[in-house]
Amino acid sequence: MAKPIYQEFTKGLWKEIPPFRLVLGLCPVLGVTTSVENGIGMGLATTFVLLCSNILVSLLRKVIPSKVRIACFIIIIATFVIVVEQVMKAFVYDLYNTLGVFIPLIVVNCVVLGRAEAFASKNGIFRSILDGLGIGIGFTLSLGALGLVREFLGKGTITVWGEPFFEGPIVNLVESMPSFVPFEFMVQAPGAFVALGLMLAVMNLIPSK
Amino acid sequence: MNPIQNFFDKQRKHFEPGGRLAPWEPFYEAMERVFFASPETSPQAPHCRDSLSVQRYMMLVIIMVLPCLLFGIYNAGYQSFKAAGQSADVWTMLWFGAKIVMPLVIISYIFGFGWEIIFSAVRKHPISEGVFVSAMLFPLTLPPTTPWWQAAIGISFGVVIGKEVFGGTGRNFLNPALTGRAFLYFAYPVQMSGDAVWIVVCQNGNRIVDAISSATPLAVASTVKASGTAETALTQAGYSIQTLFIGLYPDSIGASSVVLCIIGAVVLMIWGVASYRIILGDIFGVLSVGYLLNLLANDGSMPYFSMNPWYHLLIGGTAFGFAFMTTDPVSAPDTHAARWVYGYLIGALTVIIRVFNPAFPEGIMLAILFMNIFAPLLDQIAVKVKLKKRIANV
Repeated sequence: MAKPIYQEFTKGLWKEIPPFRLVLGLCPVLGVTTSVENGIGMGLATTFVLLCSNILVSLLRKVIPSKVRIACFIIIIATFVIVVEQVMKAFVYDLYNTLGVFIPLIVVNCVVLGRAEAFASKNGIFRSILDGLGIGIGFTLSLGALGLVREFLGKGTITVWGEPFFEGPIVNLVESMPSFVPFEFMVQAPGAFVALGLMLAVMNLIPSK
Repeated sequence: MNPIQNFFDKQRKHFEPGGRLAPWEPFYEAMERVFFASPETSPQAPHCRDSLSVQRYMMLVIIMVLPCLLFGIYNAGYQSFKAAGQSADVWTMLWFGAKIVMPLVIISYIFGFGWEIIFSAVRKHPISEGVFVSAMLFPLTLPPTTPWWQAAIGISFGVVIGKEVFGGTGRNFLNPALTGRAFLYFAYPVQMSGDAVWIVVCQNGNRIVDAISSATPLAVASTVKASGTAETALTQAGYSIQTLFIGLYPDSIGASSVVLCIIGAVVLMIWGVASYRIILGDIFGVLSVGYLLNLLANDGSMPYFSMNPWYHLLIGGTAFGFAFMTTDPVSAPDTHAARWVYGYLIGALTVIIRVFNPAFPEGIMLAILFMNIFAPLLDQIAVKVKLKKRIANV
């Protein structure tokens, strides 16, 4: 590894930002980004799991036999997912209810498993921590961004921690002009695909290097 | 020399490489192709001599849609004055209708064409006439009361997401006009469906912000109470067979007149632009499923079951969709066998969606989009079946 160590962190923020560059972990990206709050909550939960599983996988990388490594990774990840689930149930019950089945589904999130398989099982603990943090924060930011777009277009609000941070995008440029009416379409399932596709297209306009 | 050709020859130098308008060369070419055949020849054999280029092909469709547009303009004005209880001469109605319809058409052209120019300039491909047809068909599928900005959003979505992201005309697997229409339908259901959107309210010849509730034939037919009464209910609501056939009833702007759609379809079929296989398949699909439902109808079933299937061809946008949307050469299949199946399934699905799903009173839009997705698969199957019949190389 000739790369400077700080790059393990920063690559997750832009060069390998999970949904847009790696195109991994699309299930929660499409499923829960109906609002900014859901997106960021989901992102933080995933970040925690990613960080902890990266640490443990990295520590155990010499112990785990390579033939059964995937099963071992899944068990490690599942452990932390249960931790997250219980914590969320205790402290942010509303968010827990909104995210629903997508929290247990972090177990099979390809971002988490992918980092364990591709990075943590081959690298030392310090690099793995940085990698987990970087990718996790990148994932959180992308979910938040997608949630922002979808909530703004779909409901006309931006909600952060239960408080309407911004309400009703009124585009009354001219007095008699009708204001922009948000369209439900964007917070429904097809809107997720359209929004994600457009954001991927925009990201692809910018060269990755 | 011909003054039109003179004009184009004079302007050409600006658009050639190095000219001051060189990036807009696709626009120049598109305008020239409206009047003249392409002077370009392909560098290699086979050389096919035919004046029916894509541009001409699309212009023929536009010419046949124009009567529907004119009738839609008249009908929009007619319905407004009728609902207001006032009488007016034909020209007043046409003028009022034009004030309703033409902004939608113009907006559709500005935005549809604008996106096409942007994508052509960025991707350096010539402007295709496909967008002329899409931008013409799109406003005709809207209710007359559609807000202008919604029309702009709809056509933008249709052209960009329905067509350009897949590579432009020829590579779009969905019909762009219907994609835009479907987007508006799901994004703004209040302005796109229901009883209050089909008539623009007028008072002394001026448009006012208000709504008149008026059930379209589709709504009337889908809400009948007793079996076998759909036809009488339609007649009582003022939608006799003659009215439905000629099209003087509130509906989407261009879709109401069955007779104009039939004329358009027949002319397009004679010119070889529209595939008669698709249209006959459509009609056969509607009639066969309609009669099947007639057989299944009894006292316990939905009253809609027992409606005479010919009415399905008359009400709603069926005729318009069959004539101009299903025959779109890009999104329809290319093999003859697949065209029959494609048409048949569109007709069948239209009736099924209409009758079984009260949430979607008009099934034709969804049926066409759904079958557009399956068109490549149908082609694939048709080719596979054909290949199986061949004697293997021995």
